[in-house]
Amino acid sequence: MTAAASSNTGLEALYRQMRRIRTFEERVGELFVRGESAGSMLHLSIGEESPAVGVCTAMKDGDTFTTHHRGHGIFLARGADPNRMMAEIAGKETGYCRGKGGSMHIADMGLGHLGANAIVGGGVPAVVGAALVAKRRNSGAVSVAFFGDGAMQQGVIYESMNMAALWGLPAVFVCINNQWGMGTRIDQATRATALHERAKAFGLAAETVDGRDVREVHAAAARILDGARAGSPGFLAVDCYRFFGHARKDKSPYRTPEEEDEGRARDPIAFARAALIEGGMAEGAIGAIDDEVAREMDASIDFAIASAAPAMDTMFRDVYAPGEPEPEPLRTRIDRILARD
Amino acid sequence: MTETLTYRDAIRRALADAMRADPDVFVIGEEVGRYGGAYAVTTGLLEEFGPERMIDTPISEQGIVGTAVGAAMAGMRPVAELMYVDFIGVSMDQLCNQAAKIRYMFGGQIGVPMVLRTQGGTGRSAGAQHSQSLEAYVMHMPGLRLAMPATVADAYHLLRQSLRQPDPVVFIEHKSLYAHAEEVDLSAPVPDWGRAAIRRQGRDLVIVTYSRQVLYALEAAETLAAEGIEATVIDLRTLNPLDFATIGAEVERTGRAMVVSEGPLTAGVAAELAARISEECFDYLENPVLRIAGEDVPISVSTALETASVPGPELIADAARRLVA
Ligand SMILES: Cc1ncc(C[n+]2csc(CCOP(=O)(O)OP(=O)(O)O)c2C)c(N)n1
Ligand SMILES: [Mg+2]
Repeated sequence: MTAAASSNTGLEALYRQMRRIRTFEERVGELFVRGESAGSMLHLSIGEESPAVGVCTAMKDGDTFTTHHRGHGIFLARGADPNRMMAEIAGKETGYCRGKGGSMHIADMGLGHLGANAIVGGGVPAVVGAALVAKRRNSGAVSVAFFGDGAMQQGVIYESMNMAALWGLPAVFVCINNQWGMGTRIDQATRATALHERAKAFGLAAETVDGRDVREVHAAAARILDGARAGSPGFLAVDCYRFFGHARKDKSPYRTPEEEDEGRARDPIAFARAALIEGGMAEGAIGAIDDEVAREMDASIDFAIASAAPAMDTMFRDVYAPGEPEPEPLRTRIDRILARD
Repeated sequence: MTETLTYRDAIRRALADAMRADPDVFVIGEEVGRYGGAYAVTTGLLEEFGPERMIDTPISEQGIVGTAVGAAMAGMRPVAELMYVDFIGVSMDQLCNQAAKIRYMFGGQIGVPMVLRTQGGTGRSAGAQHSQSLEAYVMHMPGLRLAMPATVADAYHLLRQSLRQPDPVVFIEHKSLYAHAEEVDLSAPVPDWGRAAIRRQGRDLVIVTYSRQVLYALEAAETLAAEGIEATVIDLRTLNPLDFATIGAEVERTGRAMVVSEGPLTAGVAAELAARISEECFDYLENPVLRIAGEDVPISVSTALETASVPGPELIADAARRLVA
């Protein structure tokens, strides 16, 4: 699946992309349970498929983006190879970052992915820089920052939005408002819960869209991205719900079952499915998509598990550029010193 | 009374006891209250002390540390929490330009008696931005105290002692020690603030270390003892103040020293300690002071690379063996 292929924006295609994300995330959970993931800091984006797919299908080849720690779905929607993603999550050398980055640090320059980030808000200002270059070089590209509602309380977001507006950069800020940052609900983190109003204050074109209908997310994203491409940066908040815990081990004891039921009822995939059926698509045809996706994602687990761990000497590679001296390994240094007399 | 406690329990106990003893002590940070702490250190404290003393914050590290600075200047005793030491960069201005310098810049008028609790280190495949050992940043900064407990008793007592200091203390826990359990008697005496502990004494060399590497050094010392090599293991407990008297005396007695730190080698804590030992104990040394530290690389998510990039008991034992050979 390439980025170009993902720009098919009919509902069936949008459904398929969202299903791919959900199934992938379910397989990430399975990888963890099987003891094959690198650690347990795995943040699943189940319930947040529509911001990923709705926004990414409004992006064009050549656009760049950064994501937060819950970014698997966004990158899949931008054309990631699930095999290489799963391998990275397993810490294997066939992964996007050779097993060094992991779930929270997937990146791929070829697809415009400037990097996922484990520092909340950490990836946002890079988008200003990328947009600055796009503008300077007249490339026509937009740069999009994806982050969560929790990141809206980090100062760096405001420095970034202000500069983007000040300089008229092709930058877009997408806040995936899943209502929670770990165990803190959005209204426990701020009184100013109309998040797009903040962006407006800096002079950005800003909207909030309900994430239930991926078509609406796509339409809003297309408006905001078109504006940004023309030099008027924008902000889009997508309301959705984090279906499960913050990371793989969190059972969300701080939420009520009623709230979770209500949140999960806003399922963008169930919504799209119902709309497809209403539009005349046979259940069997949808089931065929689901099955095909399941096979694709099953294969990603097999690929990850069959892949090798990174070789030990790669530890010293890529600290600096190729051709530059690598850091001296500790053992070599000790040998050198103790062999002296 | 002897009891079995984990490092995590001991820190929680210290916070609770300090809050019971002093109504001015309060905790402020992300997920410290309702969630009970990302590593379950503060579980249950909200129930006892309420939301005014267990303050859950937005994700705003500059604000958290800066608020603690102001509250300390205004007369209270904040314990600010950074969920991971890796986020220290976000709050660095408040810590290094504000907290560390206020007493000096303002001519001694006022201090900033706050504690910044955080945790660092490897062991969870948490990747490059959640596994670092950044104590050198803190140790480098005049005006900041630095405590790093290795044992369960110290997790308790060093935190209580930190909360009695007149100046800002950065208190760095090790994420891989939280579940570490020991039989302890918290009423038994411990060294004063600023004093190192000799965890084991031997004639052949001194291993100077702190935090999790103390456990690794003791494991190595055990192996070495079986081979007839007797090592002293010094647990620094606080890196600032630094108890050089204890280090110096042991180095003079044994003539060989090795410094072990999990943080990256270059310009790290081990470099400072090795330089100081070389300067002050030069006439007594039979070998160069050896630094054993983290490789000069970021931490990989790959468990194999992660483990290999920091010292462990085998590396310490191997280096010690060759140092005394
Ligand atoms: C600077 C920083 N502070 C705190 C954290 C710990 N942390 C990781 S994710 C998270 C919650 C983020 O919430 P949000 O931005 O809404 O994203 P979500 O997890 O909901 O996708 C927190 C507090 C971090 N990684 N970086
Ligand atoms: Mg959120």
